[in-house]
Amino acid sequence: MRSLLKIEGITKIFGGLTAVNDVSLTANQGEIIGLIGPNGAGKTTFFNILTGIYKPNAGRILFEDQLISGMKPFQIANQGFSRTFQNIRLLKEKSVLENVQVGMFRKTKAGLWASILALSSVKKEEQETIRKSLEILSLVGLDGMDEEISGSLSYGNQRRVEIARALVSEPKLLLLDEPTAGMNAEEVEEMSALIRKINANGTTVILIEHNVAMVVDLCDRLAVLDHGVKIADANPDEVIANPAVIEAYIGKDQVEEVSSFVEN
Amino acid sequence: MDSFINPYYIDIIVFLFIYIILGLGLNLITGYAGQVSLGHAAFYGIGAYTSAILTVKFGVNTWLAIFLAIVITFILSAILGLPSLRVSEDFLAITTLGLGLIIQSIFKNAEITGGAYGLDMIPAPSLFGLEIIDLSYLGLVLVMLLLAIFIMKRMTQSRIGRAWMTIHEDETVAQSMGINTTYYKVLAFAIGGAFAGAAGALFAHKVSYISADSFGFTLSATILSMVVLGGLGKIRGTILGVSLLYLLPELFRVFDIQLFDMKYLDLYKMMLYGMIMVLVMRYRPKGIFGNTSLKKRKKNRSSAKKKELRDGEIIA
Ligand SMILES: Nc1ncnc2c1ncn2[C@@H]1O[C@H](COP(=O)(O)OP(=O)(O)O)[C@@H](O)[C@H]1O
Ligand SMILES: [Mg+2]
Repeated sequence: MRSLLKIEGITKIFGGLTAVNDVSLTANQGEIIGLIGPNGAGKTTFFNILTGIYKPNAGRILFEDQLISGMKPFQIANQGFSRTFQNIRLLKEKSVLENVQVGMFRKTKAGLWASILALSSVKKEEQETIRKSLEILSLVGLDGMDEEISGSLSYGNQRRVEIARALVSEPKLLLLDEPTAGMNAEEVEEMSALIRKINANGTTVILIEHNVAMVVDLCDRLAVLDHGVKIADANPDEVIANPAVIEAYIGKDQVEEVSSFVEN
Repeated sequence: MDSFINPYYIDIIVFLFIYIILGLGLNLITGYAGQVSLGHAAFYGIGAYTSAILTVKFGVNTWLAIFLAIVITFILSAILGLPSLRVSEDFLAITTLGLGLIIQSIFKNAEITGGAYGLDMIPAPSLFGLEIIDLSYLGLVLVMLLLAIFIMKRMTQSRIGRAWMTIHEDETVAQSMGINTTYYKVLAFAIGGAFAGAAGALFAHKVSYISADSFGFTLSATILSMVVLGGLGKIRGTILGVSLLYLLPELFRVFDIQLFDMKYLDLYKMMLYGMIMVLVMRYRPKGIFGNTSLKKRKKNRSSAKKKELRDGEIIA
């Protein structure tokens, strides 16, 4: 398997707090990796380092064997990274379609003069942007919702818009930060199916999740963070069979949930 | 021909159009790209002085001077927009205010700008040997205004417009979508400044005499309240906002309404603008266009786009 992303010993310190502590992780082409751990473990911070929003205090990141730590977030995005945010960050007053069109930015080229003169190449590009956006909206299950104001959608649908915005640029790597937060069981099921579909198209996925049953079922590999330290990184069965991981880091009340899941 | 129409009315419309161009530039910077500017009058002044200096002191052809004024304000605005990359929103307001004051004091004190006296004898442009004044100047300004509206429309509806809109809303998201926020913020300042520069040059060749007093903070604040009244990020809003606030006081003058002493009209104007700003911010923070009409227009636009797309597919 070809490695797509290589994270080598990254550390992030906020004031006195080490939010991410010497974490290494490799993502292979075509994998779905689940990143789990209790609240405050440093998962979102880890994503923010990967996407260049935070500079790590130590460590380096290679993407397709190219050093990307130190690049600006937009440059990293242009390498083929897409992400969603834990606290949904849409342009709430804009339509669903407009939000997804923004996601096509890095796939389009029209410059200032070409746009003002509306050259035929620009018109074509805009049409392609809309076509692609509508296609992705239908993929994520938002057919016919493109004219809705995105802030007025349900929580679950707003997450879908965010995923559509991330997907429309055909990323090599998709980072999802708690995509099922606030969703009911049926919606979680749909989200799992969607992530599988995305992955089947060749996109490597890393997702942060609290729903252990879901990630165990969905992911090729699970990495567990606690207090900024990676304490496990193996296939899901191995990770959930590790009593220390379950007890200490997933939380006591979820132990039963997981074991009942394993029994079923 | 000219004698049919009171030249005073023509002047009112000429200045109105110039103000709309100026307002569109500010709307691009503040309304679309979300970068607060309290120094917009400085760009206006740079345009006016550049064109005036080139024609008066260097005998440059008026048309060429206007063109160069636009190019030079484009470049200077990009440089003056650089602070927007470093400071937060509140500080940007103060920074642009400060820059505006510094530039005005340069106008007032430099030798090349005629110091406190200003510049006189700024020529009107001419076409085929005919001087462009009064009604024909109105024509010129109208052409420039239509061009400005056209350019604004095309830019804001393109991927560049979407980049500005995203930066305005959430810079982290913009970066995550691969948008070089630095570049697009500076671009907004440069283009918005160039609009102001065009307006300034048109102003200079209209009045033939300029001095630093015309390019102070009062004007920056006035234009900002006009743009805010109409609604940030809306082209029609700027046209409407500038027209309302500019024409209202003029109506008192034209119809000779003796509500108050005309000597203090400028003072009343500032009070009116200030009051409107407060009321708009309190009751209609999105401008007098409000939200519903915006939504409707947007729906129409995106259905139109989809229809265009479907038709395109059928043809292809
Ligand atoms: N910008 C920041 N400044 C200071 N502390 C932060 C910042 N971002 C996150 N943290 C801290 O880092 C720790 C990890 O946070 P986070 O990565 O959001 O955890 P998780 O996503 O695993 O719940 C928390 O203690 C949080 O308070
Ligand atoms: Mg988090």
